[in-house]
Amino acid sequence: MPDTQQLKDLATQVRRDIVRMVHKVNSGHPGGSLGCTEFFVALYNEVMDLKEGFDMDGIGEDLFFLSNGHISPVFYSVLARKGYFPVEELNTFRLIDSRLQGHPTTHEGLPGVRVASGSLGQGMSVAIGAALAKKLNNDDHLIYSLHGDGELQEGQNWEAIMYAAGNKVDNLIATIDLNGQQIDGSTDQVLPMGDLRAKFEAFGWDVMEIEKGNDIEAVIAGLKEAKTRTGKGKPVCILMHTIMGHGVDFMMYTHAWHGKAPNDEQLAVALAQNPETLGDY
Amino acid sequence: MKKYTYEKKIDTRSGFGAGLAELGRTNPNVVALCADLVGSLKMETFIKENPERFFQIGIAEANMMGIAAGLTIGGKIPFTGTFANFSTGRVYDQIRQSIAYSGKNVKICASHAGLTLGEDGATHQILEDIGLMKMLPGMTVINPCDYNQTKAATIAIAEHDGPVYLRFGRPAVPVFTPEDQKFEIGKAVQINEGSDVTIIATGHLVWEAILAGEKLAEQGISADILDMHTIKPLDDAAILKSVAKTGCVVTAEEHNYLGGLGESVARVLAENHPAPQEFIATKDTFGESGTPAQLMDKYGLNSESIVNAVIKVLKRK
Repeated sequence: MPDTQQLKDLATQVRRDIVRMVHKVNSGHPGGSLGCTEFFVALYNEVMDLKEGFDMDGIGEDLFFLSNGHISPVFYSVLARKGYFPVEELNTFRLIDSRLQGHPTTHEGLPGVRVASGSLGQGMSVAIGAALAKKLNNDDHLIYSLHGDGELQEGQNWEAIMYAAGNKVDNLIATIDLNGQQIDGSTDQVLPMGDLRAKFEAFGWDVMEIEKGNDIEAVIAGLKEAKTRTGKGKPVCILMHTIMGHGVDFMMYTHAWHGKAPNDEQLAVALAQNPETLGDY
Repeated sequence: MKKYTYEKKIDTRSGFGAGLAELGRTNPNVVALCADLVGSLKMETFIKENPERFFQIGIAEANMMGIAAGLTIGGKIPFTGTFANFSTGRVYDQIRQSIAYSGKNVKICASHAGLTLGEDGATHQILEDIGLMKMLPGMTVINPCDYNQTKAATIAIAEHDGPVYLRFGRPAVPVFTPEDQKFEIGKAVQINEGSDVTIIATGHLVWEAILAGEKLAEQGISADILDMHTIKPLDDAAILKSVAKTGCVVTAEEHNYLGGLGESVARVLAENHPAPQEFIATKDTFGESGTPAQLMDKYGLNSESIVNAVIKVLKRK
């Protein structure tokens, strides 16, 4: 197991990857990616029980589904640095003939990705299906999923939330990235979603919160706590409070960097705030 | 004209139910999902025999498609069941992203397709589903013609690795294909050998094409009739072989002529062997309430319309 400093170093390197990837192609989504960096680093390096290599069925290991596929930069960086594919391939993000499509897909055969996402609101249903398959296969490994808070405005989520509770899908840990921002503004400005904890609880989920979603130790502790709550008849929801754009000061506390790439000068500032730790790709 | 007879009429959805029940006994990876239409889809036997492999999703078709996609991860072969309208148009983006683009081995099984859904009317009578589904890369589209063929198709698609749209219907229709006829995806069934005109039909219109062939034979017109149960991948070779012989074609389907079987056939002909074609299909319209027979007559989806189209297309040769 890596120690906390190693995970922090990895998070810093992932942040460098994220801003360099989107800068190179002048497109992509740095804000949510930076905000979820600790979550991905913790999940893949400290929390999930993973097999060597990659196969689609994933029998005998924990699985992760990214529903808000636009934060592909953080997903790709963490997958590459976990060894799913060469780190150098991050250079091909969003380029023609790349396996690293703008939004994640199985279509190009990228190891680590089990379903396409990008069109929002579909990932929880897929995660539930994979959780049901685990139960049918008597595989006691867990399913993790990540969803944007704005994404919960898609109605399919609530079909899935209702189903998972009603059918005791208790091998599922769904994390909501509660950064309060979406493309057109804050979630409260665009479509106020009210008390999400109360909503999930009313649907029958076991809800917990990670108050410091950009503190690696808090994220690890929260995810491990969530694991202990599985297998008890309820799906588990983590409301994870993050700051969109975390780690790059001018990208924080605004929705402006949801889907915008930094220019050369901005990149230099962002990289200076995240010094190289494990080596750039 | 080869003689076709039938002893009984059964709905094609019962063929699906029987095929699914058999799969339940023979293939432990097959699982079934339904969005509150178990009885309509004839899924009771599978559910009774395999309760742990059935998932009642409730009235939430989008969630059903996503759950089906997820179940494939772990080696399951999910069969979803609801009406054709709710199997396609309602959930197009879920199918597109989570199933088709993701290459998931989901079998989307759709009953009550087309006008023959009947009295419920146009809200439920989808006439655009073949078009929607055939446009999705990698999607196989199948529309069998009777009980036996639907049962055989249901069993066959479990062996096919990839997403499939299987379309069938509500009313009792003649059972005329052999019980033991093997179902080959993408391979048309030669219903009759003929030389004057090609009739290519799918689904409920295959029986109407047979009736039309008999009437045409009485007038001395020899029809080459193909049962095109698979719209995608289309059996180009069978079409071209037949039209090379006859030089003209009538297509027949319970679907809009925009996006249906007829357009697929027209593409094959345009690329390889241009020939006059007439379309028996609905003409860019919604349906309405009525009995299945009344609707098929009103919208010209019957043997009489096929005969008239043949006479018209023969003049264009």
